[in-house]
Amino acid sequence: MIWVNTVIEGVLVGSFYALFACGLSLMFGVMKIINLAHGDMAVVAGYTAIFLVPKFHLAPVWSFVVVVPIFALFGYVLQRTLLQKAIDRDPFTTLLVTFGLSVIIENLLLEIYTANGQSIDIGVLISKSWQVSSTLTISYFSLVVMAVAVAVLLSLQLFLSRTGTGRQIRAVSDDREAAQLCGTNYRHIFGIASAIAFATVALAGIAYGISTEFFPSSGGANLLFAFEAVVIGGIGSLWGTLLGGVLLGVSQQLGAHFSPAYQVLGGNILFLAVLAVRPQGLFGKRTEM
Amino acid sequence: MSEQVGGEYPRTPLLEVAELTVHHGQLCAVDQVSLSVRAGEVLAVIGANGAGKSTLLRTIAGLHRPTAGSISFEGDNISKLATHRRVRRGISLVPEGRRLFVSLTVEENIKVGAQSAGPGPFNLKAMYELFPWMPERRHQKVGQLSGGEQQAVAIARALVANPKVLLIDEVSLGLAPIVIERIYEFIPRIVDQGVGVLLVEQDVTQALAVATRVHCLLEGKTSLVGVPTELTPAAIEAAYFGSDVAHGAAEGPTS
Amino acid sequence: MKKVRNLDHGADSLVTVRRSRINPLYTLIGAVVLSGLLTWAPWFLPAADVSILQNFFILVIMATMWNLLAGYAGMVSIGQQGFIGLGAYAVLYFAIKGVNPFVAIPLAIIVCAIIALPVTYLLLRLRGGYFSVATWVVANTAMLLILSFTLLGGGTGAALPGLVNLSPDQLNHDRYLSTWFVALVVVVATYLLLRSRLGLVLSSVRDNEVASRSSGTKVTSTRRLIFIVAAAGCGAAGAVLAISQPFIQPGNEFSLSWTAQMLFVSMIGGLGTIEGPILGSIIFFALQQWLQNWGAWYLIIFGAVAVSIAIWQPRGLWGIVRDKFHFELLPVGYRVNDATREPVPRKSDGPSWRSRFARKKDGPESVAT
Ligand SMILES: Nc1ncnc2c1ncn2[C@@H]1O[C@H](COP(=O)(O)OP(=O)(O)OP(=O)(O)O)[C@@H](O)[C@H]1O
Ligand SMILES: [Mg+2]
Repeated sequence: MIWVNTVIEGVLVGSFYALFACGLSLMFGVMKIINLAHGDMAVVAGYTAIFLVPKFHLAPVWSFVVVVPIFALFGYVLQRTLLQKAIDRDPFTTLLVTFGLSVIIENLLLEIYTANGQSIDIGVLISKSWQVSSTLTISYFSLVVMAVAVAVLLSLQLFLSRTGTGRQIRAVSDDREAAQLCGTNYRHIFGIASAIAFATVALAGIAYGISTEFFPSSGGANLLFAFEAVVIGGIGSLWGTLLGGVLLGVSQQLGAHFSPAYQVLGGNILFLAVLAVRPQGLFGKRTEM
Repeated sequence: MSEQVGGEYPRTPLLEVAELTVHHGQLCAVDQVSLSVRAGEVLAVIGANGAGKSTLLRTIAGLHRPTAGSISFEGDNISKLATHRRVRRGISLVPEGRRLFVSLTVEENIKVGAQSAGPGPFNLKAMYELFPWMPERRHQKVGQLSGGEQQAVAIARALVANPKVLLIDEVSLGLAPIVIERIYEFIPRIVDQGVGVLLVEQDVTQALAVATRVHCLLEGKTSLVGVPTELTPAAIEAAYFGSDVAHGAAEGPTS
Repeated sequence: MKKVRNLDHGADSLVTVRRSRINPLYTLIGAVVLSGLLTWAPWFLPAADVSILQNFFILVIMATMWNLLAGYAGMVSIGQQGFIGLGAYAVLYFAIKGVNPFVAIPLAIIVCAIIALPVTYLLLRLRGGYFSVATWVVANTAMLLILSFTLLGGGTGAALPGLVNLSPDQLNHDRYLSTWFVALVVVVATYLLLRSRLGLVLSSVRDNEVASRSSGTKVTSTRRLIFIVAAAGCGAAGAVLAISQPFIQPGNEFSLSWTAQMLFVSMIGGLGTIEGPILGSIIFFALQQWLQNWGAWYLIIFGAVAVSIAIWQPRGLWGIVRDKFHFELLPVGYRVNDATREPVPRKSDGPSWRSRFARKKDGPESVAT
C-alpha cells in the first residue's frame, strides 16, 4: 500500500513538473535553445501574482487570468529582442545570455523582495482534500494541477498538429531556412513559441506559489526538475515530457521514501541513468541530440 | 545580352540582378554578376562545382546579404527585404537538397508553402493534378517518399506560393536520369503560366534543352551569356572550365 | 601555405603570422617582478587588502578554468561549483583524517581529477545546452551525496580542523601564500597547455566543432583532458577556498554563484584569451568594492554587462585591446595578422566548400607549432 501511495504522489508531483517542463521543451524544439532562465521566469510569475494581481482586485486563485497574458507578451518581446540577438550569434551566446538573465533575475528579486519566502494565499481552498484511505489523502489542488497540466499538453498538441501556426512552428523547428523560403517569418514564429512557453511557465509558477513557499532562488531547482523531465521523456515529444515528469516525480518520491534527504537525489539518479543508457530520452529521436 | 522574349509577356524583366557581389567570409563566391529574368522564360545558370550558383540563387532569395550590387523585382529594389517578404512578393526558391520538413506529411509540407501565397493558378488541388500520385500519399511523412517524389514535393511547395519568378537549384541532384526527365517535363508547364524560371543545373545538356537563355558562371564571375541554339559546345566548355581547361578537366560537364 | 585574399588590405597578399609585438623578454621580466611583489605582499600590505587579494586569486583560478572549458574547448559548464565543492570537502575530509590542510590541497586536486574522469564519459556525449544542464545535475548530485555524510557535517557543515596550532598572523600568511601559489601554478599551467600542440587542436575544435568532430577521437580525448584539467583546477580553487574559511558548508561551497562569477568574469574579460579572465577578475573586484554597501547590485550590474558583452562584443574587453593594438602579454599561439577568426582559403580548383576544412589544415594557422 505504501508503494501505491508513493507512486500516486509521484504522479501528482510529476504532472506538475511536466507543466513546468513543456515550455522548456517547446523552446528547445523550436529554437534549439535551452532557456536557463526558465525556472526563474516561473518564480517571477509567482511574484507577479503576489504583488501585481491585488492591484486588479482579483482573488489570488484567479491571478493566472492576469499573469498568463502578461507573460505571453513578455515572452514574445523578450524573444524578439534579447534572445533573438543571442540566437543570431550562436548557441553558445544563447546559453551565456540566458544564464546571465537567470542570475540577474534572481538577484533583482532578492534586492526588491528580500530573501523571505512568499506564497500565494488562496485561503481554505488549498486545504480541501480527499481522504482516499487511512494512509493516503490527495489534496484537491494537486488534482487540479494535474488536470491543468494534462489540459495544457493536450491543447498544445492540438494547436501544433491542427492549426496553420502550429504547422509553421513545426516547419520552423524542422528547417528554419526552408520555412523562410516558404514565406514564414521565423522570428515571429519564435516569438509565438516563446509566448506559449512563457504562458505555460507562468501557470506553473502560480501553481508552485500556491502549493509551497518560494524564494528568489527557487528558480534553479525548478529548472533542474523541468530539464530532467524533458530529458527523461525525450526532447521534442510533449507526451514524453509528461511521462518524464511522472517518472521523475515517482523516483523522487521513492528516494524520499528512504530518507527525505534523498528526494532530489532519486530524481538525479534516474536522470543520469537515462543519460547513460539512452541519452535521447525515452521518446526522443537520436538526431535531436 | 541576347533578346529572346517569350511571346505575349511584357518585355520588361521581372527580376533584375545588377553587379551582384557576395562573399562568404573572405571568399568571393559571386563576383559582379548581372542577369535578368522575364515572365515566361527560363534562364539557366550553369557552372562547375563551387562556381557560386547556389550562392547566387540564395542571395536572390534573401538568404545571404550581398556585399555589393542590387536585386530588383518588378522595378523595386528588394536587396534589403527579408526572405519571407520576397516570397510574398513573388520569388520562391526550390533549394538545393530539397530541404523538406521531415516531420510533416506531404500535404502539410505543401500547405506551409501555401500559407503566405499570393493570388494565382497554383494551389493544393492544382498540385494534385500536376502530380497524380500525390493525393493518395498525402498523409505520409515525406521521409517515406523516393528522391524524385521528394523533389516533386519541394517544387510543389514552392509553386503553391504562386511565385512570379521560380528559382530552382539543381533538381536533378542524386536522381536517376529517367526521374530527372520526368521532373523536367513540368518546367514548360510552369512557364506556360507566365512564371519566369531561374534554373541552376550542372547537367549542361539538360539545361540547354529547357533554357531560353544560358548564363555560365566561372569562379563567381560571368563567363558566358547566350541563347542555347547559338552557342557552340567549345564555347560552353571554355566558359564552364575557364580557358585553362587543364585544371578542371577532372570534372567534366555531364553532357 | 594557401593564398588568402586579405579584404582589409584590399590586395592579394599572403596573410602573415606572428606572435606578439612585445618582446617576450620584457613580458617575462615583468611577470617575474610582479610575482615577486605578490609573494611579498603579506609583509607590506594591510591584512584587509591581503584578504581581498586572496579572494581575487581564487576567482582568477576559477575564471581561468572556466575560460579553458568554454572559451577554448566550447564546453559551457554551469556545474563547476560541483568540483569547487568537492575540492573543499576533500580538504575537509583529509584534515579530519589528520592530514595537514595545506598538504591536503594537492590531494584534493587529484581527487577532483579522478572523479572527473568517469563523469566525462557521461557528459561528453552531450552537446550545447544539454551538456550545460547535465553538468549542473552532476554538481547537484555531488552536493547531495556530500550532504549525506555525517562525518563531513551534513547540511550544517563543519569547521576545518588542523589549523588551530598556527598563530592568526601565520595562518593568514600561509593562507594567502598557498592561494597565490595555486593561482600562479594554474595560470602558468594553462598557458603552457595552450601553447602546446593541444592548443592547436582546441582552436580547431572551437572554430568548427562539426569539422573537427570528423577528425575523430583526438578531439574527444582533448575535450576529456580539458574537462579533467578544469575539474582539477576548480577543485584547487575549492581547496584554497576551504582553508581560507573558518567553516565549510555545502550551500556555500557548492553554490551556483561561483559559476556565475567565473562565467561573468571570463566573458567580460574576454573568452579565449589567457589575460581576459584576469582582467575580468580585476574589474569584478573593483566593482564589488565600489558597490559593497549595495547588496547584490554588483552581481546584477556585472551580469548585465556580461550579457551585453556576450551579445555585442563577444571578444570581451581584452579582445578589444588585442584587436586594436595587436598586443598580447601572454601569446598562446601565432595569430593570423588578419583580424578575422577563420581564414577561408580562396577557392581555385573548385572543390565544394565542405572540403575547405580539410584544406584549412595546411592553411596559415598550422604554422603555429
Ligand atoms: N555557407 C558558406 N560558407 C562559406 N563558404 C561557402 C558557403 N556556401 C558556399 N561557400 C563557398 O562559396 C563558393 C560557391 O559555392 P556555391 O554553393 O554557391 O557553389 P555552387 O556553384 O552551387 O556549387 P555546387 O555545384 O557544388 O552546388 C564555394 O567555393 C563554397 O566553398
Ligand atoms: Mg550549389
